[in-house]
Amino acid sequence: MKLFTEIGRYLLMLKGMFSKPENMKMYWKELMHQCSEIGFGSLGIVAIISLFIGAVSTIQTAYQLVTPLIPLSTIAQIVRDTVILEFAPTLVCIVLAGVVGSKIASELGNMRVSEQIDALEIMGINTKAYLVMPKIFASLIMIPLLVVISMVLGIIGGRYAGSAAHILSVSTFDKGLMYGFIPYNVFFALAKAYTFSFIISSIPAYFGYYVKGGALEIGQSSTRAVVVSCIMILFSDYVLSALLL
Amino acid sequence: MIELRNIQKSFDGRTVIDGTSAIMKTGQCNLIIGASGSGKTVLMKCMVGLFEPDKGEILYDGKNFTAMNNKEKTEIRKEIGMLFQGSALFDSMTVQRNIMFPLNMFTDWTYQKKLNRVNEVLERVNLKDSNKKFPSELSGGMKKRVGIARAIVLNPKYLFCDEPNSGLDPQTSLVIDQLIKEITLEYNITTVVNTHDMNSVMEIGNYILYMHKGRKEWEGTNKEIIFSKNKLLNDFIFASEFLKDAKEMRMLEETGKMPNDRNIDDIIK
Ligand SMILES: Nc1ncnc2c1ncn2[C@@H]1O[C@H](COP(=O)(O)OP(=O)(O)OP(=O)(O)O)[C@@H](O)[C@H]1O
Ligand SMILES: [Mg+2]
Repeated sequence: MKLFTEIGRYLLMLKGMFSKPENMKMYWKELMHQCSEIGFGSLGIVAIISLFIGAVSTIQTAYQLVTPLIPLSTIAQIVRDTVILEFAPTLVCIVLAGVVGSKIASELGNMRVSEQIDALEIMGINTKAYLVMPKIFASLIMIPLLVVISMVLGIIGGRYAGSAAHILSVSTFDKGLMYGFIPYNVFFALAKAYTFSFIISSIPAYFGYYVKGGALEIGQSSTRAVVVSCIMILFSDYVLSALLL
Repeated sequence: MIELRNIQKSFDGRTVIDGTSAIMKTGQCNLIIGASGSGKTVLMKCMVGLFEPDKGEILYDGKNFTAMNNKEKTEIRKEIGMLFQGSALFDSMTVQRNIMFPLNMFTDWTYQKKLNRVNEVLERVNLKDSNKKFPSELSGGMKKRVGIARAIVLNPKYLFCDEPNSGLDPQTSLVIDQLIKEITLEYNITTVVNTHDMNSVMEIGNYILYMHKGRKEWEGTNKEIIFSKNKLLNDFIFASEFLKDAKEMRMLEETGKMPNDRNIDDIIK
């Protein structure tokens, strides 16, 4: 029962976002601000994760492929596909749920608890539109970009880890990389990235926007926001895979 | 003019505002006084629509605010300035940007014009040269004053101040009271102030609403409050011996005779 009220309130929040902006310029500024916070703010962690994930998957794939019957270039193929299909979108978004999600939830939670949201409402500003919408749009713009960057960096990481560990040379890796590439996989990964971006931004925004209490509750609700976002990411990952693959 | 008709509000079955009615006139300072927890903040938030009253109506210049849809409420709200009890400054912005925010949102003035206006209101609240500070760098009293500056920057028709001078020294407190009074008279606006500051009550209380446990216990002017026989009110307002004496002196001044059997010599001594 409580779950249904929460879902209803979540949907109403999303619906409430759509209204005529009081001042387009201010909304645009806020969107740009959020884009840089969410995009550039997470670039570093995404880069590090991607490089290592690529590197590790090369080494582990090589370790599991013991028979000499399979050509070494297959390793590159497997690394490419796992990075594009799963690691870059899902893993990166799970990490971003922690980084971006907790930031959104605690920022809005703090504004709610210290009455800053009320202060905006009193001025006659639709806070759902002004505070929540730019965060969701910025995520929808920036997170898929981060996912694409992560794909590239993941493959680069795997490429150099392979040669550093003397598993396969860079040129063999490149040969495998070109072999049997399915563009649909990238489309699928982007479909996932867009879905996850929405989850990562809207769910923490909901938890932050409706916080009640004080500093303690802000912490609790941002933890809950991250947990729920992660579960929703994995669940929709499953649904999308079942539907689209 | 703001009219309250039989406002009721409860939280989880606990009644916090219990049938309060009042008429708050334009061009005067309307004070809501009462002990801590008596429901002043809740009443004020009901008035501006941050809380939905369970029962009753609020009328702004005859227009029924409670019955309005969101869009109509927004129109009224653009004419409201409010200072929150905790100041509610945007803590990611400097003082200047805090005050400029309503101007950015609702005017198409040039930057210079907006800046001039910001400096003008900052000067009025005695806070020159604090433009570049962040709220975390301000004292509680300074935050209050920035909050007032932000509330008045757009020349509101209705001004709400939730405890504007709690946490201020007596002198600044007087300055703020004077400022509120001045603005009220100058722009002929409807001002509502929550306070438990006795000075404010006496200085600016054109209309005083005394709340006790969510009910209107007494209403009147700062003249009448001296002569009030309401025991709860007298215990609340004239709590200290010092204030009791002050009250009796004031009564003596006004009427030329002592209110009870106390001896004038006792008081002077
Ligand atoms: N959001 C809320 N949910 C539940 N109860 C509340 C809420 N806000 C206020 N109350 C209750 O309403 C009562 C009145 O609170 P209110 O804040 O109006 O007091 P006040 O008169 O402003 O006190 P103070 O002078 O200390 O600011 C309190 O008992 C408080 O517990
Ligand atoms: Mg209060």
